[in-house]
Amino acid sequence: MSSSSIVIRGGTVVNPSGNEVADVRIVNGLIDAVGTGLQGDVILDAAGAYVSSGFVDLHTHLREPGKEEAETIETGSRAAALGGYTAVVAMPNTDPAQDSVMVVRFVRERGEAAGLCEVIPSGCITMGRNGANLVPYASLAAEGVHIFTDDGNGVQDPLLMRRALEYAAPLNVTLAQHCEVSRLTEGAVMHEGACCSSMGVPGWPAIAEELMLHRDIELVRLTGARMHFLHLSTKGSVELVRQAKADGLPVTAEVTPHHLALQDELLRGFDPLFKVNPPLRTAEDIEALKAGLIDGTIDAVATDHAPHAAHTKEQPLDAAPPGMLGLETALAVLNTAVNVDVRRIAEVMSWNPAQIAGVGDHQGRPIAVGEPANIAVWDTTSVWTVSRDELASRSKNTPYHGMEVRGRVRHTIFRGELVVQEGKALK
Amino acid sequence: MKHLLSTHDLSIDNIVAILDTADHMTEINARPVAKVPALRGRTVASVFFEDSTRTRLSFESAAKRLSADTMTFSAASSSVNKGESLRDTIETLSAMGVDAFVVRHKSSGVPAAITQWTGASVINAGDGWHQHPTQALLDTYTITRSFGLKDSLQGRSIAIVGDIKHSRVARSDIDVFTRLGAEVILVAPPTLLPHNIATWGVKTASSIDEVVGKVDVLYMLRMQFERMDSGVIPGLAEYSSRFALTPARARLLSPHALVMHPGPMNRGIEMVVDPSDLPGSRILQQVANGVSVRMAVLFTILGGGATATLQQGVDA
Amino acid sequence: MQNPSTEILGADDVSRAITRIAHEIIERNSDLNSVVIVGMQTGGTWIAERLCEAIERITNGTVLPLGAVDISMYRDDFSLRPIVLSAPTDIPVDLTERRVVLVDDVLFTGRTVRAALEALNDHGRPRAVQLAVMVDRGHRELPIRPDYVGKNIPTHPTDEVSVSVNGVFVTTHAESV
Repeated sequence: MSSSSIVIRGGTVVNPSGNEVADVRIVNGLIDAVGTGLQGDVILDAAGAYVSSGFVDLHTHLREPGKEEAETIETGSRAAALGGYTAVVAMPNTDPAQDSVMVVRFVRERGEAAGLCEVIPSGCITMGRNGANLVPYASLAAEGVHIFTDDGNGVQDPLLMRRALEYAAPLNVTLAQHCEVSRLTEGAVMHEGACCSSMGVPGWPAIAEELMLHRDIELVRLTGARMHFLHLSTKGSVELVRQAKADGLPVTAEVTPHHLALQDELLRGFDPLFKVNPPLRTAEDIEALKAGLIDGTIDAVATDHAPHAAHTKEQPLDAAPPGMLGLETALAVLNTAVNVDVRRIAEVMSWNPAQIAGVGDHQGRPIAVGEPANIAVWDTTSVWTVSRDELASRSKNTPYHGMEVRGRVRHTIFRGELVVQEGKALK
Repeated sequence: MKHLLSTHDLSIDNIVAILDTADHMTEINARPVAKVPALRGRTVASVFFEDSTRTRLSFESAAKRLSADTMTFSAASSSVNKGESLRDTIETLSAMGVDAFVVRHKSSGVPAAITQWTGASVINAGDGWHQHPTQALLDTYTITRSFGLKDSLQGRSIAIVGDIKHSRVARSDIDVFTRLGAEVILVAPPTLLPHNIATWGVKTASSIDEVVGKVDVLYMLRMQFERMDSGVIPGLAEYSSRFALTPARARLLSPHALVMHPGPMNRGIEMVVDPSDLPGSRILQQVANGVSVRMAVLFTILGGGATATLQQGVDA
Repeated sequence: MQNPSTEILGADDVSRAITRIAHEIIERNSDLNSVVIVGMQTGGTWIAERLCEAIERITNGTVLPLGAVDISMYRDDFSLRPIVLSAPTDIPVDLTERRVVLVDDVLFTGRTVRAALEALNDHGRPRAVQLAVMVDRGHRELPIRPDYVGKNIPTHPTDEVSVSVNGVFVTTHAESV
């Protein structure tokens, strides 16, 4: 931890209680003062920018252990810090999968060693994500695992899903579902619609997502257990979650920046860069997702940052793995694609996901004296062009290469330490 | 024209020009010596990641009749089985000096992807369910020339019968036929029709009996056996009862109606009638025209005669 | 810039030249029944037709087979310019053991004639091929000479020579003067 003081000068502090222009001073990992005319050893310019709690990503694939050629915990953490994140939930579809205390500890320790953001391991719902055997929830919860998911796969077996919810409910953890009835998406490449139909590729119907989402909402109603729904992508999904919340069920949901910004039409050229799971959908779905994000049906924006080494994406569209980068572009893409105010940005990027990830005691906190200094300084006006060659991620599979976006992360402070200054990672 | 990846890349003028060029090729193919030196020194590589002997032979005959050198790469006997990537395969062959790749792949979009890794021309010889542009051109050539037409199918009705959804032939044919003004009727159970068919500008019918007496062309598609395994249709017998061309149905065809099939035929499934008993059958003519049309495509792409229009007064 | 073209032969001159060549063909080929007249697409075809008509008139009724040959597939200069297909080849008889009179409007470098000779070979093996042209403008690049010539015209390589029933015209480009 830094023993010297850092002052963020002249920004607009964004808090649940409201916005105010103020300086923020950080000493010994904590916010030491919020006010005007503050002095310190390091002065960060925040004029024209917003100062909020650091972003929390509910959905990051760091690929380590197992696919270090695509990303490592260190390179992914650096990408996260550059994106304004001070915490990321590491998805468990590693190799070996995060279904044991040993692997979960490894991920957490590698994250601590990198020291760029908090790496929060998630756990699988089933052993090896095999959809058959439950993981030791209590042992993993004791290691600080809060989110359990088989992300990449939905849990197909309704009986197993019911048992998982029943077993995990008293442990105060959250099961997160990747909603996809796999029998309806066998060989699927892209959204089942007019575009896919004329391109002659197997379609990925909306019903595959909505059917499982509907099943799980009913299981939540039955068991009373809490559930989080990953990367909603369809209009029907938004409606299902809206209704579940109206019914008072303990459910939360996220959407990715790419499902808010990109349409299935982008696949016309058969470029695997735009292949993602769930697939890019239609303009109508995008409008419904935006409305859901604005009205509170959707709680969080999560990146589903999914790095892939170049050679794995240089395959036919049907053979290439799904997934795209997201950490370094999330704020800009959200701010460019959706007309949201800064308070809602802070809410969906930081405050809500911190709660869902179970780290609300030290992430997503107000900018106030005595709070842990996990802070992002960002604006909504800088216009820049995304270049895959300038990203910190080990992989290059961003769908936004060459795209002009608006809004940029200026500084990131993690546990009181300046890790990103003026858009550059300091370590 | 640098590549031929999809019928959507071709304007109506392009299509008409290629078919006109095919007339020249048909004349050449009728000669005692069916070979001209037009593409001497050019190399055409047929790169087939999926077996299709007839399409490969058709392209290779076309290339040879134009005096191009040919190379053949087939996935079954190649380093693809040793894990070589698509990109490495194409870059390796390119380095040997290739002017045009003729590509067949089971995955939609592969010919388009290949254009990033080579400076050579790429001709799509069938990709997944997506496109088979030379088949659409040879089908259009067969239909127009059978009816004494040149550049339009206006007022003609064409029924395409069978597994439309999984058919690159259907996707290519539908595009060209409709743009040339034909009325296209797709005849298939809904499980074998593409999603969002309503937006395609075609009609549909749920049994061959609804169309057989009314159309100018009956285009039969091959029924793939594996569709039964995946439960897309209940069974072959039921399929045949509604969608096969039987002798009884053939008797209902208009006297001038053509019967076509891209091959290979499943006798006893979609073709219960012997095509040699059908005066309107153009199935072997399609094969012969395939060589002429592929010669026209190779010549258009490699000969530099992009528009191949009839120009007068060419100076020596 | 296009300069006005100069008339070298008038319509009557062209007509007389065709008649003269027809006489020469009859004189040179004692076995006239083995002769086939083949026009080169597209400039030579109308001259070939006129030659056939003239021969029929002069001989009181000998109708020679008339064909057309398109040489675009036989050119040796693909890389130099796009190939433009003209009208298809139409050879009505097997050329083996025939005497072929190949007809073109203008003889220049000789490359078109070379291509035509190759094209004819694909239709059989003629006993002899003779060449008839309305205009020989010189600048040969191959060892080819005409057997029948309407008119020899000295030209600059960049000049354009056009031949039609209306006459023969030469256009000289400004930069070549």
